[in-house]
Amino acid sequence: MLTGVIVKIAFVFAMIMGLFAPLMTWVERKQSAVMQDRIGANRADIAGITLLGLLHPLTDVIKLITKEDVVPLGANRLLHLISPLLAVVPALISFAVIPFGGTYQLGEGTYNLVVADCDWGVLYLFAIGSIAAYGTILSGWASNNNWSLLGSLRGSAQMISYEVCMGLSLVGVMMVFGTLKLSEMSHAQDTTFRLLGFLELFGWVSVLPWWVDWIRVPNWGIFLQPLGCIMFLTAIMAENKRPPFDQPEGESEIIAGYFTEYSGMRFGLFYTAEFVEVVVIAGIMTAIFLGGWSIPYLSTQTIIDGVSSVIGTSIATILCIVLHVLTFWIKVCFMIWVQMGLRWLLPRFRYDQLMDLCWKNMLPLSLANIVVTALILLWIDGMAR
Amino acid sequence: MTIEVALFYVFALVAVLGALGLLLNFRNLVAGAICLVATMVSLGAIYVLLGAYFLAAVQIMVYAGAIVVVFLFVIMLLNIRTDVFTPSQQLLFKIFGILIAGFVLFQFLTAIAGGLPAFPTTPDGFGGYRDIAGALFARGDAREGTQVVGDFILPFEIASLLLLAAIVGSVVLAKRRLE
Repeated sequence: MLTGVIVKIAFVFAMIMGLFAPLMTWVERKQSAVMQDRIGANRADIAGITLLGLLHPLTDVIKLITKEDVVPLGANRLLHLISPLLAVVPALISFAVIPFGGTYQLGEGTYNLVVADCDWGVLYLFAIGSIAAYGTILSGWASNNNWSLLGSLRGSAQMISYEVCMGLSLVGVMMVFGTLKLSEMSHAQDTTFRLLGFLELFGWVSVLPWWVDWIRVPNWGIFLQPLGCIMFLTAIMAENKRPPFDQPEGESEIIAGYFTEYSGMRFGLFYTAEFVEVVVIAGIMTAIFLGGWSIPYLSTQTIIDGVSSVIGTSIATILCIVLHVLTFWIKVCFMIWVQMGLRWLLPRFRYDQLMDLCWKNMLPLSLANIVVTALILLWIDGMAR
Repeated sequence: MTIEVALFYVFALVAVLGALGLLLNFRNLVAGAICLVATMVSLGAIYVLLGAYFLAAVQIMVYAGAIVVVFLFVIMLLNIRTDVFTPSQQLLFKIFGILIAGFVLFQFLTAIAGGLPAFPTTPDGFGGYRDIAGALFARGDAREGTQVVGDFILPFEIASLLLLAAIVGSVVLAKRRLE
């Protein structure tokens, strides 16, 4: 039991800190270069080998570690030193509840590919997301710099506001799947539903041709709750404070916002936190809206039934585990690509536009989404009786 | 000592130290707020150890995440300096604080010495605290949680109406000052 948990933590930690976080700086620079018709990072080399600029993350880390770590005079020393950690730790521990694979029967034991399979998984994400604001707030205050304080004030207001929209936009998907457990949500998306099945609600069954039953869509959150999906992505990207929501950083107005007074690896930790959060956002989006580890139109039972007669049940299950974990990380990579694309595609918001978007547009829309979803669920429930 | 008991002592120690840090700290309001956060998060961890997961998540989300962030926001926005209270005022606060803390401590000690009282039972419809506490502390059984919005729908809605009235009232008050 304990060994299994340690292995899972090691796997997730290695994937995030060992693979995604270092590669992200390179991906961001290369993707922006491709989108802007430039070449991008390609100068760092070892004996003339540049590896498409893949050595840049390495040189960045060496530079950040060897730089002097400056604490400004008049700063609150302790808070200034610990606030980068307060930014990076919540980002890292959020991944504990995100399932990167399903539940499998292998020999005697049952294997569950999620670090902490809690019943209150979504609430855990909200709780951890809400304490993530302290890194931003304290770093700005502790730096004893007006620009930093402005940045952290902007940051705290933005994060409090978008937390509300983030929570409300997920209520619809919680109602549809009827659970707060992320592994159950992913499992529920391992099936398909009939695209035109809703016509039965109007009693139009008899007029439809027989082949309508064959038009099926994966039972994914994005198809069941399209509005909730878009609003959740917007809100959680605003929580992460990356462009187009980078008001707390505000490079053109307030230098670098809340981390103006940071240098060396402590500055690097803020960047690491942002990049880890991009991975976490991709993981949450995948688990709740993009079917998690499931392969569309190919449920777990179909795979195991299909190949177990040829290679045996246990090898079929292992094959299934490998396929599912791969599918999960491919979907995560896709969501990272979407976020990076949005970062370079959209212009920045002005601060009043940012607040208007949250309080005047997304909040009423998400409330309406909840009411409409509840009414439709009641209707379906009534038809089933 | 099992790992749960060891964790309980760690979090209990952090909670008590955080509370003391908040009480004994007059110079720096932000540091006091951080001590409060430490206490709130430790309480959430103790709720997890007790098996009250929903309560733990709400504790961290509402108290540590929202309320103290708003405290910090207000402290920064008002720019309260460390010398805002004169020494005589600080002495007054200390005396009041010691009196109130002593009173509460006395109450707690007498209650613990005499055995904890049963939850008060109230008429049906306004739901006993015991049932709400039972629903919130329920170990992993989500159905009992639905009691909060099922059987206790009337108190629940009354509380939300009161909150709405408070919001409208504060908006009216703030507007009047602007004009």
